[in-house]
Amino acid sequence: MEGTELGWWGVLIAVIGGAIRVSTPYLFVSLGETLTEKSGRVNLGLEGVLVMGAMSGYATAVLTGQPWLGVLVAGCAGALLSLVHALVCSLPRVNDIAVGIALFIFGTGLAFFLGKPFINPSAPRLPDLDLGWWSDSPHVQSALQISPLFLFGFALALFLAWALKNMRWGLVLRTVGDSSEAAQALGYNITLVRIAGTVTGGFLAGVGGSYLSLYFPGTWNEGLSSGQGLMAVALVIFARWDPVRCFYASLLFGGATALGPALQSAGVTANYYLYGAAPYFLTLAVLIYSASPQRALEGAPGEVSISR
Amino acid sequence: MNMVSQLAVEAPPSVSINALTKRFGALTALDDVSMEIQPGAFHALLGENGAGKSTLVKCLMGTYRADAGQVLIDGREARVASPRDAQRLGLGMVYQHFTLVPSMSVAENLVQGEPGLGAVIDWPARRERLTAFMADMPFRLELDRQVSTLSAGEKQKLEILKQLHLGSRFLVLDEPTSVLTPDEADQILGLMHQLTDAGQISVVLISHKLREVEAYADEVTVLRQGRLAGRGKVASLSRADMVRMMVGEDQLAASAPREAQSPGEPLLSVRGLSVEDDKGIPAVQDLTLDVRAGEIVGIAGVSGNGQTEFVEVLAGQRAESAGHVEAGGRRYDKTRAEMRALGIKLLPEAPLDNACVRGMSVAENLSLRSYDTEPMARGGIWLNRAEMRKRAAGLIARFHIKTQGPDAPIETLSGGNVQRTVLARELSERARILIVQNPCFGLDLKAVAEIRRQIVDARNGGTAVLLISEDLDEILELADRILVMSDGRIVYETPRAEADLQEIGHHMAHHEV
Repeated sequence: MEGTELGWWGVLIAVIGGAIRVSTPYLFVSLGETLTEKSGRVNLGLEGVLVMGAMSGYATAVLTGQPWLGVLVAGCAGALLSLVHALVCSLPRVNDIAVGIALFIFGTGLAFFLGKPFINPSAPRLPDLDLGWWSDSPHVQSALQISPLFLFGFALALFLAWALKNMRWGLVLRTVGDSSEAAQALGYNITLVRIAGTVTGGFLAGVGGSYLSLYFPGTWNEGLSSGQGLMAVALVIFARWDPVRCFYASLLFGGATALGPALQSAGVTANYYLYGAAPYFLTLAVLIYSASPQRALEGAPGEVSISR
Repeated sequence: MNMVSQLAVEAPPSVSINALTKRFGALTALDDVSMEIQPGAFHALLGENGAGKSTLVKCLMGTYRADAGQVLIDGREARVASPRDAQRLGLGMVYQHFTLVPSMSVAENLVQGEPGLGAVIDWPARRERLTAFMADMPFRLELDRQVSTLSAGEKQKLEILKQLHLGSRFLVLDEPTSVLTPDEADQILGLMHQLTDAGQISVVLISHKLREVEAYADEVTVLRQGRLAGRGKVASLSRADMVRMMVGEDQLAASAPREAQSPGEPLLSVRGLSVEDDKGIPAVQDLTLDVRAGEIVGIAGVSGNGQTEFVEVLAGQRAESAGHVEAGGRRYDKTRAEMRALGIKLLPEAPLDNACVRGMSVAENLSLRSYDTEPMARGGIWLNRAEMRKRAAGLIARFHIKTQGPDAPIETLSGGNVQRTVLARELSERARILIVQNPCFGLDLKAVAEIRRQIVDARNGGTAVLLISEDLDEILELADRILVMSDGRIVYETPRAEADLQEIGHHMAHHEV
């Protein structure tokens, strides 16, 4: 057991490294969902979008040998799938939650169907950045092997937080999501803004999916996502619709997911599956924490169906 | 008075509306209405709900497209196809429901929709301009406050500022004072009046409050059932003239004779009640009051001062955080059995949501209090629908409920008729305690008179009535004892005989100083 030489420090480093490695899909999906919910809609179908992104990104990388092209295609597939959600929800009296669940099932089913031939071939992976060169410890080095997508996600979170306050489209998006009366009075096209918010959110979720299949764990199979897209939606509530807090919350969820493997590498093999369930417990805990029969959710966009 | 250099740059346009007609399906909402507003006029548009006031201004603002007629601005025919077009022409509308974004700051709300707002907002420059703009305005707000923390009066001011900031010199105010204290209303309308007198803006005030029209408007146009019912200089019209134009020749139900009687024992007692709102912030604090048999206790107050939460506790929709309620001398836990035994009846605000089941029929909604007892439930189990319908037909006739029949879903009824339905249900059996909140909100004058008569009748019959209303005139007309609620507390109490409008108004506003 090489992990035991560092003992609990090893676990901690492994959890941090795991958090960084695992958090990226959470981050992209939660940023996408934040944009969608800021426009006043909930897209529960992002789990399906994530899986579809993973499949299409992987397939593209297998067929062309270009992993970055795979990321782009994954994003476009996600955008396309979310466009279905956006268009259907633009019809009168359509419930976005129900459409989201339908999209979730449709997206995963479609990805499994189209992805069957790609389970065996292996695709070229996305490259690493070695940020652990300064350390002698192999643990630190492996923990700090970071995907450019993670850094891009971090930059995106900062950019979105800034843009929502300082760019015209940010104000428009928040207005449409918070008060459709105000948006109408200002002459904004509410439907169009919501479609744009949902499609952009889908693009980001698709990119998050490509990370799963092209970087970590870096394969394509049907159990790849195991509900990360759904958990990311819960995470948005926890982060109170704030992109920067989405980043922190993604790290937390990533850390919870990495807990099982980290303990295993430190030699704790008992209850492996229990630790593996940590993110699900965390999701439950977060939802219970943020739920209350007495209080409305603070920071929730006024037009989102969960806050009405 | 520092007058408004920015406003002085452009003069308001002259607007004339020429024979506008608007139909919705078979209904003619607006029928051949003309109206003229000179630059600098303060023009009131008066009429009951459904008279066509909103339709008229929505045609003017481009929200609706008129079926016939045209709008002339400065003598030229104007095509107003959208609110954007209206804004470009300098026409601005201040809506009845606030169209501010609650989660944004004052500054963010003001720059919204500003023409020439770049992709990236140059906040330092924008803020400088906003500060200069505020300094020129007759009323001011801090740029960084979040809109959800503003009081109703401040929000109304921000709506007006927003329009002036966008360059509108012709403002339509849609019932701007419905959520304000009398002092706030006087302040805002007074400032608008100064601006019109100086010829800097024109104002169209939509209202059904005659007091405001008389105090501030120069000219008035009255609509009734979509038609022009009269117009003239306010100074040359009496209040009776305007009422006749509004309601036509029909007689209003006479207000019920109030029998002089000394109230009996307390039937409803609230002791040290505290309640939290949806965010966990105290909404009602340490509230204590008694309502005795045969009296109407009126609670006045601006909306949002804890009235809704208080009524929700009395209805059993919300848990109290401290204190308790007693009814008939015993602790009252809001169970169905207690309501029935003690004869506690309730007409909450927004009754379609709070006291009805939308998808159920009028007959079923009329039976919600008693469907599980004889004779409507045989043996307490089998529903007797024939009996239910028979009883409903009786109540529909007695309370003049306009419905296609007992089997029509309640949500197909108009607001006034939903209100009547709930009142019919609550008053159909003996009510010992009656709690009513905003019973006449949004009703026409005839329905108002009728519902108020029912309430006074109940009081004359010995019912203890608790009336919670945002309409001060209603409280003054009905209540034997008047309490003022502000910030979740009772801050003032006066018997009917000594009630003074100004005094009560000051206490309503007291937390906003």
